[in-house]
Amino acid sequence: MASMRDIKRRKGSIQSTQQITKAMKLVSTVKLQRAKQRAEQSKAYFNCMYETVTSMLARTGNLNHPYLRSGENGKKAVIVITSNRGLAGGYNSNVIKLITRGSFKKEELAVYAIGKKGKDALQRYGYDIVEENSDIIEEPSYVDAMALSNRLLKSYAEGEIGEIYLAYTGFKNTVVHEPKLLKLLPVDVSDRKGAAEDTGSKAMMNFEPEDEEALDMIIPKYVTSLIYGGLVEASASENGARMQAMDSATSNAEEMIDHLSLMYNRARQGSITQELTEIIAGANAIS
Amino acid sequence: MADDNRNFTLKIITPDRVFYEEEVSMVEFNTVEGEVGIYKDHIPMTMIIAPGILTITQGDEVKEAALHAGFTEVLPDKVTILAEIIEWPSEIDLTRAEEAKSRAEERIREHAPGTDMNRAELSLRRAVARIEAVHN
Repeated sequence: MASMRDIKRRKGSIQSTQQITKAMKLVSTVKLQRAKQRAEQSKAYFNCMYETVTSMLARTGNLNHPYLRSGENGKKAVIVITSNRGLAGGYNSNVIKLITRGSFKKEELAVYAIGKKGKDALQRYGYDIVEENSDIIEEPSYVDAMALSNRLLKSYAEGEIGEIYLAYTGFKNTVVHEPKLLKLLPVDVSDRKGAAEDTGSKAMMNFEPEDEEALDMIIPKYVTSLIYGGLVEASASENGARMQAMDSATSNAEEMIDHLSLMYNRARQGSITQELTEIIAGANAIS
Repeated sequence: MADDNRNFTLKIITPDRVFYEEEVSMVEFNTVEGEVGIYKDHIPMTMIIAPGILTITQGDEVKEAALHAGFTEVLPDKVTILAEIIEWPSEIDLTRAEEAKSRAEERIREHAPGTDMNRAELSLRRAVARIEAVHN
């Protein structure tokens, strides 16, 4: 059995770790509230955007527009949204697994990393990191999303990249987060056909300017809003994941401390008993 | 007309908040095809917004805001503006707008090779819209 002093030292170190995880849990709980609120506020914008684009595509679906035609050549760009800091359970590795275990070939990918963890991991695996914008995940803003989508659309228009994907963690609720891979461009028209029929009331919509020109202008906004939505949801998921991870770390520490306290008390009792036996034996020997 | 109520719902949404949602009688703004003013019972239409002033008329009251980018969806009794950037005059930093204006003008005048003229022109129009919104 370990000595009393060893057990005590071990207990002390676990206790201070527990204090840290407890504090981190509190911090991410507060951050989660804020991020959740932001995610909910951006939902109205996103839903309306989605409906409009869906109804437009339902009418103009067969156009031979560059945003709808899949690019035959060029690389596939992937925006990978992860966190800058660890200690968030499987949050980061789940997103990275989407890329490494997906159907992508390593050579054809161009990674636009948001978040240090994802960038570091993919770099280690040997992926081509084109750009890193790790600071924008801390405080997602629409302007940042716009700048990124403008750069991507420019490369898309020049034919450098043929497809654009977004890998992020979707926020379902506080405990359920889902890593998702979304195809941003070209827009998959056949996917939307069914959804468009549900919003039949909007089929009578007129467009000014005409459909094709309007598509030119709306699709970039659509892509931007998807990127922004991804950022906002990812930041909510990150804090949710960290809160959960830190919660279970705290309760694990609690469990270990309980166990160590029991061991410590047993060892203490054992040493007292032993001392007593020795004294009594000694006294008996003298008399 | 039997229907005396000439008001409709105007909803302005930005990516991070609901900017405005109220019953109004008229709304005016710039689109890529030119200036438009919308009353109730407009035919359903989707329009792309160009930088300019957004004017909201609510009875006798008139409100203005600088609207820079986005698009709008018009239905007979509801207008939804999805604005990427929109500001009330009180939120505009006038000196910054003036600076942006002279910067953009300079870029257009110099016409240096490699300058993105579309971008310069857009930023000039944004700056002008901001300045106008404050002055009115």
